[in-house]
Amino acid sequence: MAETKTAAYICKGCELGNRLDTAALVKIATKEGKMAVVREHDFLCSADGVAMIRNDIDNEGVTHVAIGACSRRAKTEAFNFTTVAMSRGNLREGVIWVRPDTDEARETTQEMAEDYVRMMCAEVKAMQVPAGNQKTGTIKTILVVGGGISGMTAALEASKAGYKVVLVEKTGALGGWAAKLYKRVPTREPFKSAEDNGVADLVARIDADANIKVYLNARIAKTSGAPGRFKAEIAIESGASATEDVGSIIQATGFSLYDANKLPNLGYGKSPNVVDQAGLEALAKEAAAAGKPICRPSDGQPVKSVVFVQCAGQRDASGEHLQYCSGYCCNTSIKQATYFKDSNPDIDTVVLFTDLRTPGNGEDFYRSAQNRGVIFSKGVVSEVLPNGNACTVKFKDLILNEDTAAEADLVVLATGAVPNSGPELEALADAKRAAEGGGEEETAKVVAMMDKSVLNLDYRQGPDIPHFKHGFNDSHFICFPYETRRTAIYAAGPVRRPMDIAQATEDATGAAMKAIQAVENAGLGKAAHPRAGDLSFPTARLEGCTQCKRCTVECPFGAIDEDEKRFPLFNESRCRRCGTCMGACPVRVISFENYSVNTVGAQIKAVDVPDEFSEKPRILVLACENDAYPALDMAGLNRHEYDPFVRVIPVRCLGSVNTIWITDALNGGYDGVMLMGCKHGEEYQCHFVKGSELGRYRMSKVYDTLKGMNLETERLMDMEVAITDIATLPAKINAYAEQVKAMGPSPFKGL
Amino acid sequence: MSDLNQQMADRYKNNFLKEIEEQAEMGEWVKMCMQCGLCSGSCPTNFHPGWDHPPQEIFMMIRAGKREEVLSSNSMWQCTSCYNCYVRCPRKVPVTHVMHGIAEYAYRIGKAPKAQPTQHLSKTFWDNATKYGRVNEVKLTQALYFKDGIGSGIKKGMEMQDVALGLVKAGRLNPLEALGLGHKCKDLNGIHKMLAKANELEAKRKGRDQSKA
Repeated sequence: MAETKTAAYICKGCELGNRLDTAALVKIATKEGKMAVVREHDFLCSADGVAMIRNDIDNEGVTHVAIGACSRRAKTEAFNFTTVAMSRGNLREGVIWVRPDTDEARETTQEMAEDYVRMMCAEVKAMQVPAGNQKTGTIKTILVVGGGISGMTAALEASKAGYKVVLVEKTGALGGWAAKLYKRVPTREPFKSAEDNGVADLVARIDADANIKVYLNARIAKTSGAPGRFKAEIAIESGASATEDVGSIIQATGFSLYDANKLPNLGYGKSPNVVDQAGLEALAKEAAAAGKPICRPSDGQPVKSVVFVQCAGQRDASGEHLQYCSGYCCNTSIKQATYFKDSNPDIDTVVLFTDLRTPGNGEDFYRSAQNRGVIFSKGVVSEVLPNGNACTVKFKDLILNEDTAAEADLVVLATGAVPNSGPELEALADAKRAAEGGGEEETAKVVAMMDKSVLNLDYRQGPDIPHFKHGFNDSHFICFPYETRRTAIYAAGPVRRPMDIAQATEDATGAAMKAIQAVENAGLGKAAHPRAGDLSFPTARLEGCTQCKRCTVECPFGAIDEDEKRFPLFNESRCRRCGTCMGACPVRVISFENYSVNTVGAQIKAVDVPDEFSEKPRILVLACENDAYPALDMAGLNRHEYDPFVRVIPVRCLGSVNTIWITDALNGGYDGVMLMGCKHGEEYQCHFVKGSELGRYRMSKVYDTLKGMNLETERLMDMEVAITDIATLPAKINAYAEQVKAMGPSPFKGL
Repeated sequence: MSDLNQQMADRYKNNFLKEIEEQAEMGEWVKMCMQCGLCSGSCPTNFHPGWDHPPQEIFMMIRAGKREEVLSSNSMWQCTSCYNCYVRCPRKVPVTHVMHGIAEYAYRIGKAPKAQPTQHLSKTFWDNATKYGRVNEVKLTQALYFKDGIGSGIKKGMEMQDVALGLVKAGRLNPLEALGLGHKCKDLNGIHKMLAKANELEAKRKGRDQSKA
């Protein structure tokens, strides 16, 4: 690479020129920042301003660009210089928009701006130009595991977009659950009648699609590699095997029905006339094939009365059965009730529910079933007793608040869905540790768990995608649907969260889009969500590594393996660039080209810390770039003012915060340090899943260090911030600033 | 009357929902209730201790086949026709009308509670209005005041004395109505003919319903 040449640009637009003494900022960039080129511009993001920077890069050999203008989150399209290292000084959202335009405030506002100029110069000098991950894979084929509605839809959607697909199905035919349905709930206006299950059409389209290669009776025996260059070994039941090179993976392994045998109180197994929803679909198919009405299994007589029991073994608070709602079963029971009413309106058809949940257009379908005379009663079933060729359904009527009973020829239990996900990784790791002693029982347990594995990933962190809740392979169903904690592996359909066919179709389409994005980014050496397009990647100075394994263990995405010598082995393409490894490293040997212990450390050191008599404290804010920093920017946009003594540095994740930054800041005379990260725990909002949690855990250790330094523990403030805390965040900053002022200046000032 | 009740009970056997759907006006809406309870929560008489069941329960009881309890319930008679339930029902069930329909049916087959004030008013009002072609206010008031006997009638009359005199002074009440004088409709005979025709049509419609059922 060419010699380093630095340049700083100060913008005077958006009132910056009026509010700040930009000449003084230029001087600081030149004298203190030691930038080779320093320029002011009236309107830096204009075509003219951008051309000026572009010219310096192209013709003046500038390699490092520091832009003092608006937030790094603004004008990213104008300031898009991918061939240089770039830092941004946030003078607009971070300074003039959060300070009043008054004579008294002018001095401290200017000092704030000057510090941000010092920081951006220091940061860019510590950076290198991100070169992009060189170990890319350019395979664009997408592997879809599971040949049900979700898998078939994902395959077809990817193919339509021009990508080759390998579709692996464990059974002998495509179709999954949907193929077992007599009919499916309506998908189009007027949402009144059950429709053909649609499987034959999908299968025909797959068969006719030259882009899609189908393996039936097949499983994934092993998956190795990384995004853009996965190798999937496919084991076929006949004994044959195949290896496919794929760029990304969609896991659409669907669900199984909750085992109704666990519900003997509801009569399952005690009477053949108690069936689950799949049992009823089979009866309906059989009846339709024979051209007869649906008959009860015990004596083959046509059913005259049927009771549907909703939430059978679902939404269970006792912890014995499924705790969640499976989402599709109410609509399914409505559909099955219409099987009866459509064949004979005189069949007594009762649905016993506690809350009827009809997603999509199910409400219209519900009404149409009521119109056909299906009776919906709000009640909780306590017991189903076989009674000759009928059953007695005992239930509590929740509206009339009384115990009552109904007689029925057939009882249908809506038992809900259990995801067909792989083993739970932590339980598997525990089992493996237990089996290390060589015990037979323990070893058998590991084998049984591995038998459930879907992907058999050759990852240090385990063979499958981590579970989110209740065994579903999700990562966060509100913030990042489809994303799992394994880069370029996406979960789609009911294995991700409970859903019906319509939702699964949509879900599969979304997952196909993500899988395409992943192979394209992997091919270019770029990161996937949430830092999509980021060219930087982590490297480790191995001569300094102590092989403590913190990075390999803490990486939320399973990106780091260990090599034969037990050093960390980065799989850059699996990396999401959160920097959790960098924050974890006790000897600080891990860094990114444009984000490292030095780039942040240099900023911390660049800030001018006034002496203890100035009454101008300094508070360092390390803010998560995903939630807290945008919230601060938006606070600026809304002109919510905050204290002029804070200096904000965005971090990729709280997980990337290395404790050295905190101790350096406090040693350097800062009076307080605020950490702003996302919510962690069960309802986490961290974009890197575990990052904020790990960051907080590490920070808890820093408090001991503070005590060792004879500092008040309040000098470090750890705060949970959501992106919506726009109005409340400035008040919290101000409150902390008051607290810091009350504590008095740090004793480390001027040392 | 009770014969009619027995007839209906026999005809519909255990299917009370069907009976209501076919016999009570607007009864076909009962099956569309989704048991959200918004009607009960919206009812201004809900906090009144005098009613047996809120509308949500009445609807559920119909589906549960509680014939006797529903038809003899005083709930339908407590309705003030404020239409809150009708307006708020997310299923657009005309709850007010359904309640009236059930009340009318219960009365028709002789199951409605006896000495229910609303029912008494309805009956008195109807008889009064159809007899005179328009409401004879003095006679209507008298009938209501004296429904529990002469003593309580006089007492109520004395209580309302000032109001009555005020109405007379303002020309809103004609004491001569007590004698069958006062304002009248122009064509009493015509009205009676009209009502007779309506009765005939209604009977014919019900008859057709019966032949269908």
